[in-house]
Amino acid sequence: MAKTKVEKDQNGADVALAQPKGKPVKEAERFSAETYLNWYEIMLRIRRFEEKAGQLYGQQKIRGFCHLYIGQEAVAAGTISALQADDPIITAYRDHGMALARGISSNECMAELYGKATGCTKGKGGSMHFFSKEKKFFGGHGIVGAQIPLGAGLAFAEKYKGNANVVACFFGDGAARQGALHETFNMAMTWKLPVIFLCENNLYAMGTSVARSSNVIDLKKLGSAYDMPSYDVDGMSCEKVHDAIASAAEHCRSGKGPVFLEVETYRYKGHSMSDPAKYRTKEEVEEYKSKDPIETTLSTMLKKKFVTMAEVEAINQRIMEEVDECVKFAEESPYPDPSEIYTDNYMQQDYPFITD
Amino acid sequence: METRKIPFRQALREAMVEEMRREESVFLMGEEVAEYNGAYKVSQGMLEEFSERRVIDTPISELGFAGIGVGAAMNGLRPIIEFMTWNFAVLAFDQIVNSAAKMLSMSAGQINVPIVFRGPSASAGQLGAQHSQSFENWMANVPGLKVISVSNPYDAKGLLKSAIRDDDPVCFFESEVMYGDMGEVPEEEYLIPIGKANVTREGDAVTIVSYNKMMKIAHAAADELAKDGIHAEVIDLRTIRPLDVETLVNSVKKTNRMVILEEAWPYGSVNTEITFQLQKHAFDYLDAPIKRVTTTDTSIAYAPTLVQAFLPNVDKVIQAVKSSMYVS
Repeated sequence: MAKTKVEKDQNGADVALAQPKGKPVKEAERFSAETYLNWYEIMLRIRRFEEKAGQLYGQQKIRGFCHLYIGQEAVAAGTISALQADDPIITAYRDHGMALARGISSNECMAELYGKATGCTKGKGGSMHFFSKEKKFFGGHGIVGAQIPLGAGLAFAEKYKGNANVVACFFGDGAARQGALHETFNMAMTWKLPVIFLCENNLYAMGTSVARSSNVIDLKKLGSAYDMPSYDVDGMSCEKVHDAIASAAEHCRSGKGPVFLEVETYRYKGHSMSDPAKYRTKEEVEEYKSKDPIETTLSTMLKKKFVTMAEVEAINQRIMEEVDECVKFAEESPYPDPSEIYTDNYMQQDYPFITD
Repeated sequence: METRKIPFRQALREAMVEEMRREESVFLMGEEVAEYNGAYKVSQGMLEEFSERRVIDTPISELGFAGIGVGAAMNGLRPIIEFMTWNFAVLAFDQIVNSAAKMLSMSAGQINVPIVFRGPSASAGQLGAQHSQSFENWMANVPGLKVISVSNPYDAKGLLKSAIRDDDPVCFFESEVMYGDMGEVPEEEYLIPIGKANVTREGDAVTIVSYNKMMKIAHAAADELAKDGIHAEVIDLRTIRPLDVETLVNSVKKTNRMVILEEAWPYGSVNTEITFQLQKHAFDYLDAPIKRVTTTDTSIAYAPTLVQAFLPNVDKVIQAVKSSMYVS
């Protein structure tokens, strides 16, 4: 896999580029037809799932806070292809996309949005708290930036146990302004923890643009401040996300410590379902939509004759049916029994709750 | 059982050392725990035995290292996170309250957090307003956590070992001014169960309930009262959450009176929950309203006169007992 070329600029900071070594190879030749098909399917599943979730939210079938991932799908797809199945993943509350990409089923995800007992967290987590221990998907966290030290802690455990696993720890540009990030970056570098910190920079912390949140708008400098290898990555490209994460993972697995990737991406929708996103222009949204990762991937696959239009239509049809089916599954599933409020609070089975 | 007298700090250290020898996944992390041998020498010698892999100095980043501890616990380890004082743990409350306490519930039982957050709390001389606070009631308010507050070396060792073995997150409260206290501790291994209070002195006139270093005041007051023929029963809560209501109710059935002594602010404190439980479960046994002796409802201050005015003392407890007995 591609090696990361670390160069220093005149200030000694790492220049941000993940590049394959040796002779340049065209992207579509470096990745197999199978990889492209997987990317396409993962991204399409997320897109259709999230579009449906948005509709259902409007119908009040889904309640609470709901943060959609539409536009950012290439980050999830490129992450999954670059990591091993045993590498833990942790993210924030915009977690549907990464959970689906990690292999939590559409049924379990939609049922969770419905608050049903068949959901991936039995209706206890909701939109913001998807988990799967089996898939090494460690949530789904609602306090902005709190998952950054948690991700480093997951990595601490992997290193302590002598495993070769690497943790992918995701957060947004808003979380990059939390003190927890700085404390964690410092310790992760000091202790050389095997964790990739991925800032999905979608340019807006809710309604506050990156530029309005700090004097430092080049987020990768936050990593450089701790001498952490830090790169920026085009988050609208599966190929580039994959390359950057594969290189970073190799760096981590070799015991050299963490890597910070600032992944430039864009959410087409508002921060949450209640956000009309009036802080940005239509033109800006359209500009990013013109770089849509699903369209781009499809066009590459067709150009390279990795797939026929008929095959694409079959995939599209299958995903549509899967999403329809998951809605049906969620609709027909039962809510958790009220007695479930007392389960899963403590491992101690006979914990004496105060009941009056 | 063979016993010997050892200081409080050694009892805590023995608990950690024994559990670390027993279980590879247990490690200690905190400020000055390793090379400095502990700000209060609780972890003295542990770096030498377990190396820097398992006894880990942190920078001054309470939020960060508490979160790293929680993450490590989510992924199969059993961390002991030492705070130099619980006052500094306030910076880490997000990770204790929002992450550790809620992880099992949010993940629907998939991911538990077997972690111990420990350190000293409450006043320790004239340390001013920011170094003297009690947090047992804060943490006890949070479902998902267990809360232990210890008053002597024997309890400290037995309960810390239980806390380390517990599969739920535990907040463990000590005291700076007790680390040198000597106490009888068996040579043999023992555990004290979480969730059980301890009747430390039997009596029939009144029940005095307390925990942590206020237990000394409770016993001193009981000694004084005995001179007047008033025989107080004294209960050390040991565990704050879950609360051992049964032991408290059984005592009041015998004494019919209760005084709760707590180094904590009065509003929403441990004594308010005890009072609620007692009026519910022992209403017909109470011959007088439950009394409490707490700190003043103010910040503590530096001057010795103000510290004295702030803290509970033996006289205040005696007055409360006599008031509950309608004697002067």
